Amino acid sequence: MGSEDVKVVSFWVSPFGKRVEWALKLKGIEYEYIEEDIFNKSNLLLRLNPVHKKVPVLVHHHKPIVESFIILEYIDETWKQYPLLPHHPHQRALARFWATSVEQKLGKAGWVAMATSGDEQERAVKEATEIMEKIEDEIKGKEFFGGKNVGYLDIALGWIAHLIPVWEEVGSIQILDPSKFPAITSWMTNFLSHPVIQDTLPPRDKMLVYYHNRKNNWPSAFRNSVKD
Amino acid sequence: MKSDVKLLGAWPSPYVLRVRIALNMKSVDYEFHEERFPDKSPLLLKSNPIHKKIPVLIHKDKPLSESLIIVQYVDDVWSSASPILPSDPYDRAMARFWADYIDQTLYPTMKSIRGAADQEGKNRLIEEVREGLALLEDVFKSSSKGKGFYGGDQIGLLDIALGCFLGWLRVVETVNGVKLLNQTNTPELLKWADRFCAHAAVKDVMPETGRLVEFSKTLPK
Repeated sequence: MGSEDVKVVSFWVSPFGKRVEWALKLKGIEYEYIEEDIFNKSNLLLRLNPVHKKVPVLVHHHKPIVESFIILEYIDETWKQYPLLPHHPHQRALARFWATSVEQKLGKAGWVAMATSGDEQERAVKEATEIMEKIEDEIKGKEFFGGKNVGYLDIALGWIAHLIPVWEEVGSIQILDPSKFPAITSWMTNFLSHPVIQDTLPPRDKMLVYYHNRKNNWPSAFRNSVKD
Repeated sequence: MKSDVKLLGAWPSPYVLRVRIALNMKSVDYEFHEERFPDKSPLLLKSNPIHKKIPVLIHKDKPLSESLIIVQYVDDVWSSASPILPSDPYDRAMARFWADYIDQTLYPTMKSIRGAADQEGKNRLIEEVREGLALLEDVFKSSSKGKGFYGGDQIGLLDIALGCFLGWLRVVETVNGVKLLNQTNTPELLKWADRFCAHAAVKDVMPETGRLVEFSKTLPK
C-alpha cells in the first residue's frame, strides 16, 4: 500500500493529531503528513471537515475521517496488526471511557490551570490533581495502560506525558508531583522513551513558546477553541 | 429471576433510552432501577464515581457508564443478534461521527433553547437545530441506502443516537410552536421518526411527549 493512500492533516502541536500519527506508526502504516495552520484555515481543511473545521483529519482512499478517538477506532479496525484496543468487551469499554473522561475533565482543568492565575488557577490545579489520583490508581502495577505494550489508552492519554509538563512550566504550577504520582511518573518515562513516541514529539522549546503565546492571548483564545 | 444485567436510569433521560433500546434489540433481560432525582442512590455513586451520572449499566457486577460506550459494549457482548454498528470500518466511523455530533452540538443546542434569554436568542438556537437536522436528513439519505433506518433494514447506532431525542424534540416543538421535523425540510426524517418510535425495541420505552412536557416545567432554567 503506497503512502498516498493515507494522509494525516494536522497542526504540529496538536495532541489530537499526535494520537493519529502514533497509531499509524505503531501499525507500520506509511502516511503523508500535511501541516495545517489552524489560525488560518485552508480550503482543504474546510472541505475535509466542513462540520467542525478542525484537525486532525485522516484521509484514507480519499475519504476523510475526523475526531481523533473515532480515527483511532477506524485505524484499529482497518489495519489488524498491532491491535490497539483491548480484546475483551468490558476492557474495551473501560478504555474508551477513560479516554473520553480524562479528555473532558483533565483537558479543560489543565488548560485553565496553565492559562489563568489566582483563584481560578488554584481551583483548576486542584481539579486536575484529583483526576490524576484516579489515573494513578488505573496505571498502578502496569508498564502501560495497554499492559506490556502501548495501546489505545496510552495513545489517548499520551498528551499527559508530553503536554502537562509544558503547561506546568508555562503556568508556573505543579500537577504531576512525582512523589504523589509515582506510577504515572513511571508510565510517562516508559511512554516517552518508546521509539515511535520519541520520534514524533514536537520540540519542547517550540511548545513552550507556543503555549506562552496562547496564555498571553487568553481569554480570546479560549473562545475559539479550548484545545487547539 | 434475578438478572445479571442492571440498568440505573430515569424515564425522561434520552441517554438512558439509548441503552434500553440497545438491550431490547438484543432481547436482553435486565433490571431497571429508576433513580429519584435530585438524590443519587448509593449504587449510582459507587458505580459511576467520576461523573455520577446515568445511565450506568452493571453487567455481572461490573459497571459501565456513558451511553454510547454502553451501547457499543452491548453490541460487542450480545454480538449474535441484531448488529447495532455497521460492519464496514468507514461506515462505523461515520455512524460514530454523527452520534458524536449529536452529543457535542445538536442536543446541547436543543437543550439551551429553554434557557435562552429572549425570543431572539430562542429563534437563533431553533434555527441552529434546524440546520443540524438538515445535515442529518442528508446523512439519512446516504446511510439508509433506500431502507428505513440509518442502519439500513434495522435500527443502528445512529438511529439510536438520534432517535432517543425525539421525545424532547417534540417537547421543543410543542412549547415553542414550531415544527422542527417537517415535510418541507426533513421529509425523510419525518417518516423515519414515526418508524423509529413504532419499532418493537422502542415503543414501550419511549416516554410520552405530554409527560415530558409536564416534567420539563419542573426543571430549572
